[in-house]
Amino acid sequence: MLIAAAVLFLLLRLLPGDPANALVSVGADAQQIEAARRQVGSDLPISAQFVRYLGQLGSLDLGTSFVSGVSVLEEIGRRLTVTLPLTALAFVSAILLALPLGILAAVKRDRWYGGLISVVSQLGVAVPVFWIGILLVTAFAVKLRLFPSSGFPPSGWRDPLAALHQLVLPILTIALVMSASLIRYVRSATLDVIGSDYLRTARALGAGYGEALVRHGIRNGAVPVISILGIELASTLLGAVVVERVFSLPGLGSMLLSGIEQRDYPSVQGVLFISTLMVLLVGFAADLIQRLVDPRLRGPSGGRS
Amino acid sequence: MTDATPALSPPSSPRLTPAFVIGATLVGLHVIVGLITLFWAPYDPTAMTGGRLAPPSLAHWAGTDRLGRDLFTEIMVGARIALAVGIGAVAIAATIGVTIGLLAAFASRTVDDVLAATLDILIAFPTLLLAMLIVAASDGASLGTAILAIGIAASSIVARLTRILARRVLAMDYITAARVSGTGWLGIVRIHVLPNIWPTLIVNLALQFGLAVIAEASLSYLGLGAPPPNASWGRLLQEAQATVYTAPFGAVAPGIALVSLVIGLNLFADGLRDVADPTRRRR
Repeated sequence: MLIAAAVLFLLLRLLPGDPANALVSVGADAQQIEAARRQVGSDLPISAQFVRYLGQLGSLDLGTSFVSGVSVLEEIGRRLTVTLPLTALAFVSAILLALPLGILAAVKRDRWYGGLISVVSQLGVAVPVFWIGILLVTAFAVKLRLFPSSGFPPSGWRDPLAALHQLVLPILTIALVMSASLIRYVRSATLDVIGSDYLRTARALGAGYGEALVRHGIRNGAVPVISILGIELASTLLGAVVVERVFSLPGLGSMLLSGIEQRDYPSVQGVLFISTLMVLLVGFAADLIQRLVDPRLRGPSGGRS
Repeated sequence: MTDATPALSPPSSPRLTPAFVIGATLVGLHVIVGLITLFWAPYDPTAMTGGRLAPPSLAHWAGTDRLGRDLFTEIMVGARIALAVGIGAVAIAATIGVTIGLLAAFASRTVDDVLAATLDILIAFPTLLLAMLIVAASDGASLGTAILAIGIAASSIVARLTRILARRVLAMDYITAARVSGTGWLGIVRIHVLPNIWPTLIVNLALQFGLAVIAEASLSYLGLGAPPPNASWGRLLQEAQATVYTAPFGAVAPGIALVSLVIGLNLFADGLRDVADPTRRRR
């Protein structure tokens, strides 16, 4: 975590241009610039800035935005009410889509639809997120006029149905992209299970094909899939930038993007810090669930997976 | 992926799988189109050649954009940009990544641990996000910064792979033998490590090429890529999205070009893996 904080800090300090520029007007004299630099702390040497930054992180103070003067933590909280439901719903839909399709693709790999699922998922990983988004907009917003093409109600979740209606296409976009790669992992995990000795033994002992797969396969096949799920969830949280831009959603990603455009260090730093935190939490949770599913990972030697 | 390849195919004759042929054809088409645009294009890519937002016709195969420029010409030029970014980014990623990976593999335990931990953190961030930050850190978006940013962002993945592969080779007995007989570490890298790890590396670099093409399109979609008049596919799509209600076709055509190149690269990498590693059993 400390290394993550240090890497973020250094990367951001490499940005040229003094953040104090955001505070002063174009014709400011040297004195005003000096005052602005003192205010944002960019007059201090870089090591002192880093120590100050760490101290602020320790007390969960992410500073205030250079541009709007709003507390970064509050702003992130507001943005998360868009990004978190978006990510969570997309994640759940992706799992609901990918698990049955992936297993089907493996079990019925000799049938045409098994092969079709594999080919489509192969195509899916080559498609950039934003193009899927644009295509969905073209189909559902322009042609069918079922869903709005962009935006989010200013009242937020006070009208849950309206908010959800706005989120349908973004959720679908992320879910499609995510499930394309998930299907491939589920398929190969299922294939491993199908080819395993224990499944053959179970069948030899008289279990039906489906029964053997359900009783022995799910738990064994789940372990690698869970770690992939963790990685996918983490990259979706961070990757929401593009989808939020496609659908002009006021989420964490668009906060990051505008922060970068306006050289608003506290906002960029805050967003990256919070999302790194969430990524680490997700990884931790995935580890934990894996140990619940697979007792072999619980031993002292299995701790380092 | 075909299921037909038998597990015991003779290792002497690398088989060109259908995936490899299709992939190579798709990539080859894009390369040819990209090269052609250096000398000739149906229209001047920056000239207004017809009505605005015209639908596809015989004169304009993919219609025209909001300024009346021929979209098919722009897509052709886009192939050149996508390939240039891909080649440049992969070259940078390979240079930085392989160097750091080898250094980590040879370094002392502590240095290796620090490098490995840093790489793990960098990899936790999507390539696109890192590239965004690097573009932001440079003075302004240009084709060069996009290439550099994507290359640097991808190099952590290459570095980690190189480190793992190199360590595996370094654990072999013949390395100990080489050391005992007085071969320096540069000699070990040249004679033993690189020849052993390049097949896997090349396959990964081909995949990175595809990811770089997607990353470039995403960057320019977000307005952080090559500035106009560079007709990057990402920028074409971003402009087309604004006019999607009047000219939906413009939002489709550049995407097809983009996806066909990335699929080509992925299939190519798949096929390359079979050629490079005949022992790998396919499903």
